Amino acid sequence: MTKGVRGDNAVLLRRLYTSLYRIRRVEEEIVRIYPTDKIKSPSHMSLGQESVSVGVCEALRKTDIVFATYRSHAAYLAKGGDLKRMTAELYGKADGAARGKAGSMHLIDMSTGMMGTSAIVGTSLPLAVGYALAERMRGKDTVVVVFFGDGAQEEGVFHESMNFAALKKLPVLFVLENNTYAIHTPLGARVPAANFRERAATYKMPTQLIEDGDTLALLEATEAAAARMRAGGGPEFFEVMTMRWLEHVGPGDDLHLNYRTKAELDAWKAKDQVKLIGAMLDDAARGQIQREVEEEVQAALAFAEASPYPADHELYEHVYHD
Amino acid sequence: MTKLGTKPGREISYADALYEAVASEMDIDPSVFVFGLGVDDPKGMYGTTKDLHVRFGADRNFDTPLSEDAMTGVAIGAAIAGMRPIHVHQRFDFLLLCMNQLVNLAAKSSYMFAGAVSVPIVVRSIIGRSWGQGAQHSQALHSMFMHVPGLKVVAPTTPHDAKGCLIAAIRDNNPVIFVEHRMLYGNRGVVPEESYAVPFGKARTLKEGDDITIVAVSHMVVEALRAASHLEKVGVHAEVIDPVSLSPLDIDTIIQSSAKTGRLLIVDNAWTACGASAEIVAQVVEHFQQTRAIQVRRMGFAPVPCPTTKPLENLFYPNARTIAAKAYDMVKGADQHWLPEGPEAKEILEFKGPF
Repeated sequence: MTKGVRGDNAVLLRRLYTSLYRIRRVEEEIVRIYPTDKIKSPSHMSLGQESVSVGVCEALRKTDIVFATYRSHAAYLAKGGDLKRMTAELYGKADGAARGKAGSMHLIDMSTGMMGTSAIVGTSLPLAVGYALAERMRGKDTVVVVFFGDGAQEEGVFHESMNFAALKKLPVLFVLENNTYAIHTPLGARVPAANFRERAATYKMPTQLIEDGDTLALLEATEAAAARMRAGGGPEFFEVMTMRWLEHVGPGDDLHLNYRTKAELDAWKAKDQVKLIGAMLDDAARGQIQREVEEEVQAALAFAEASPYPADHELYEHVYHD
Repeated sequence: MTKLGTKPGREISYADALYEAVASEMDIDPSVFVFGLGVDDPKGMYGTTKDLHVRFGADRNFDTPLSEDAMTGVAIGAAIAGMRPIHVHQRFDFLLLCMNQLVNLAAKSSYMFAGAVSVPIVVRSIIGRSWGQGAQHSQALHSMFMHVPGLKVVAPTTPHDAKGCLIAAIRDNNPVIFVEHRMLYGNRGVVPEESYAVPFGKARTLKEGDDITIVAVSHMVVEALRAASHLEKVGVHAEVIDPVSLSPLDIDTIIQSSAKTGRLLIVDNAWTACGASAEIVAQVVEHFQQTRAIQVRRMGFAPVPCPTTKPLENLFYPNARTIAAKAYDMVKGADQHWLPEGPEAKEILEFKGPF
């Protein structure tokens, strides 16, 4: 169950629900549109995992920095990324966040501190550490968050990045989104023990376990960690249990593959954070948010539809930076 | 086309020229910093980073854990944040541990994000033979990086270009693979005291000649110039071109020279297969096809891993004498069985290990 001292704050709850519901509806619409082939971009859906990004990002300042993965929609939107530029990017249009050159796996919005995401597992980890190093060299108190999946902790760069961040006491919040599957491979086939917090602890960093993708618990934990990091406390590590509802990539259900059970998935759907947070609002407030989000989402899709494709000459642009 | 070494001026070594470039840029730009294994140790990377931490602070010249992969990512992240990191590698071989970050992240970020970010990093990487460095401490893999759009690759030969190219690399808003041959460090040449940038994509004609064009890379430029001296004694006038920057590549200078001489010998400080020499040949042949037959040959490492034992190591590398012999055969026609007399390169003879 959701917990947390902030649960009675109506303004906060409305903000959280807006963010959660907005991501949910955007992704439901992507799922609906995907079979039309208008979105020609491998999309790794965040459905079911929205709360991890929302809980963490709600505790951040606009000037704080987020690095995330190719399952990027939730983090991008939670950090304040422009929705119209996201939908246009998925459509491969010129008004997209990267003029159609990036697609779903490489969303970026520098104006809100959302760094471009990478399709290579684990590769954003050291970039976050380097960004934090740069900010500290310039005397800023920026917090840098890096989201990564449970597959990333098997990459060597995970340990190299944690080691260096801890060595230099850099303000990096490592957020492991543990959905327990690397594509279709369960943890038991990949590690002798899923003791990820113990691994982080060997680098002398504080760790926390957040069960059930609990939005309010994450918000509270992130606020406290960010304050410690701004004061020079060094990196921290969260392990957040969560579950993706759909297949690894694409809009479909994947229970027919039999690598996980319906019961397992249903248990997660029963504790859906979008519904749980929404239930804390009264019907009027929830309904208003839903109407506003719906209007915004449909406007963003219309924007993507109307946007032109990039011109041929753009193929050769931006290879090098002037 | 600029000729070097013809003006009087201050002479310093290649290593000192590199130091001067880094120190002068650190002096004027607080976003420039240096890191890598051993950069702040007492030897300071052959003097090229010596005591930079004393002069500019420990946070601007620091040693790192043995984590080439992550440290490359750290450089990229810092660069995206607006810094200009210089990551130094004692051996080019270690760049293989950085490949993912360099090829998948550094090279792609500007394009993938439509110019929203730039990655101004310099990857200094030391190549070179000498004293039994062997298969894993002597490789020059610049061609691998020439293959990748989004990266720049430079391999300056003269102290003048070492300073100017490093300054240009630091100021460049793109990832630059900066290739330095260990046997060049002691070479002395005229280097202006003031700050200057050598633009990428401009080859240098170091010696003019009408009989054959020799394009050489890095330390092979030194050997090619010696070869040209051997050739002069037998009446063959070679033109020697140093591309300086491999990506972007100034193919026009090479094409013009090849048009003049009708013969092109490329001597890479690397293997020839799929290498810089192959790329240069392809571009020259494409340019001249159906209009002109240009005679082309390539030289480079023997197609084997580098052995450590001296007699085999000597066979592994081209040298002034074998380059001269190959050029002579090209000018005269068939195999002339001519090999000039001459000592082994001074810098190789004088080098003492272990490092």
